[in-house]
Amino acid sequence: MGCIKLLSLTKKQKIIVYTLLIGSTILFLFPYFWMITSAFKSEAELYAYPPKWIPSKWHINNFIESWTSQPFNQFFINSAIVVIFTTIGQVISCSLIAYGFSRFHFKGRDILFMILLATMMIPWDVTMIPLYMEFNVLGWINTLKPLIVPAWFGSAFYIFLLRQFLLTIPVELEEAARIDGANSFQIYYKIFLPLMKPSLILIAVFNMLTVWNDYLGPLIFLNDQSKYTLTLGLAQFKGVYDVDMSAVMAITTLICIPPLIVFFIAQKHIIEGIGNTGLKG
Amino acid sequence: MKSDAAALTNKPKPVNKSFFKKEKLGKLTPYLFILPWIIGFLAFTLGPLVFSLIISFFDWPIIGDFKFVGLQNYKTMFTEDPLFWHSFGVTVKFASILVPLNITIALSLALLLNQKVKGQSFFKTVFYLPGVISGVALAMIWSWVFNSEYGILNYFLSLIGIRGPDWLGDPKWSLGAMIIASLWGQGSMMLIFLAGLKNIPTEMYEAAEIDGANSIKKFFRITLPLLTPTILFNLIMSIIGAFQQLTLALVLTGGGPMKSTYFYAMYVYNNAFKYFHMGYASANAWFMFIIILFLTALVFKSSSMWVYYESEVKKSK
Repeated sequence: MGCIKLLSLTKKQKIIVYTLLIGSTILFLFPYFWMITSAFKSEAELYAYPPKWIPSKWHINNFIESWTSQPFNQFFINSAIVVIFTTIGQVISCSLIAYGFSRFHFKGRDILFMILLATMMIPWDVTMIPLYMEFNVLGWINTLKPLIVPAWFGSAFYIFLLRQFLLTIPVELEEAARIDGANSFQIYYKIFLPLMKPSLILIAVFNMLTVWNDYLGPLIFLNDQSKYTLTLGLAQFKGVYDVDMSAVMAITTLICIPPLIVFFIAQKHIIEGIGNTGLKG
Repeated sequence: MKSDAAALTNKPKPVNKSFFKKEKLGKLTPYLFILPWIIGFLAFTLGPLVFSLIISFFDWPIIGDFKFVGLQNYKTMFTEDPLFWHSFGVTVKFASILVPLNITIALSLALLLNQKVKGQSFFKTVFYLPGVISGVALAMIWSWVFNSEYGILNYFLSLIGIRGPDWLGDPKWSLGAMIIASLWGQGSMMLIFLAGLKNIPTEMYEAAEIDGANSIKKFFRITLPLLTPTILFNLIMSIIGAFQQLTLALVLTGGGPMKSTYFYAMYVYNNAFKYFHMGYASANAWFMFIIILFLTALVFKSSSMWVYYESEVKKSK
């Protein structure tokens, strides 16, 4: 109870805190508001002065026209393929790897884990150039493989998060199972996988957001429009001759919807999960 | 099947057997579990890393013959390529303005949210939200907000009698515009700060209050010192992030106007994927790698002077 008394504010302080919070909220939300209303506006209202805050007529057609003016259906399918297959890959591989790193003592474990953590610091362009050449030799350029395959070998950050969680589980749990004759894989599959579920949802969500939003990967590895993902399609769309801003805002709005839905579903997990990353770092 | 066998036979024997088996297999099992990472590390990280270092000593076009040139690539970039220094300067300028602002804003928001306020989770969501959408979407939104003629930002400025600049078209303002857009997406840093603040034991504040400390004193004597490990983490992450910023520049300005937002990452990107000078671009990338390692080491090294490690403070879990 002491903490509540401590953190409660005087009336004057309260007014200041709420004013700042609400002011920041407006600043943070305004760009979304502007994006959405712009997407619905007619051309005349889009460029009106003084600006029209709420469109007098909501042109839903803007969305349909802009979406069909480019093969956005195809881009959507490509994005969905990459998101789905990388997420499955990350969940399977990261859970196995994190289990290996956290539930066994073996030679070189700590060094290997240090290396794993260190890989998070490598700037993307150092590895991206040789990776491009590697995938080029394999004939993977202009396919979705370079975006999907590496996910099946785990990602350092997700492994780190899962391991943090697994370290909190007492050893007795698997010792009992071992005495019953279960092997390590059964213990992983029957005991730890169910336990890891909340953490796995978290990394699945992180991965979905990262992959859906990724721009540089698709930009480097894909050439043909038929292979484009949505972010690439949107970036290119703006450059197309004779596209007005309401069409660009319409596509931008649509692209923001899936991450926002995923975020709102998993909100609690995400907000806690991110907060925890800094604590052990 | 194995557990069936264990159940059927008498007790001590199978235990011994499985124990023996565990000993033998036990040595290899953990390696089997981490094998995917080992393969991935060799194929997608270490291999490329080594290869990248090697080709940085070569003239290596994507098609055609490669040629060993020794240190020529490094010599060229340091002495003959003005764009190298220019883009490096742009990135340093961007990072040195963005990083402190980022930390200040994220910390301020976290401090506000750490008060006893209603609707905490609503505010948390609002401040984090821009971090959820893609860099491309973010760039699109801001390119419209920053539009010089029809942009809403300049309209607001005109209301208070300021003639807004051509944000993205004026080399004096373009980097500033990029910084504003980046600051909008700082959400995860705020959440990390907030978690750090929540971790500070309230007894400390209580003790300070009994001693008669006011809130400013409490902030500088308790909050800030105990938060320094979190600040260190965020500082390093945001330096690394700022030095690698590329998406925003590619989509928002394309590096212009007059190369005022031509980030180092863009310079490397263009050398590699536009001109296909793979060897030269690798040398560029390694320079960035070394700079980032150097900065991180510097921050870490300096941390003993300003980071407070809670060895004596009990960690509340």
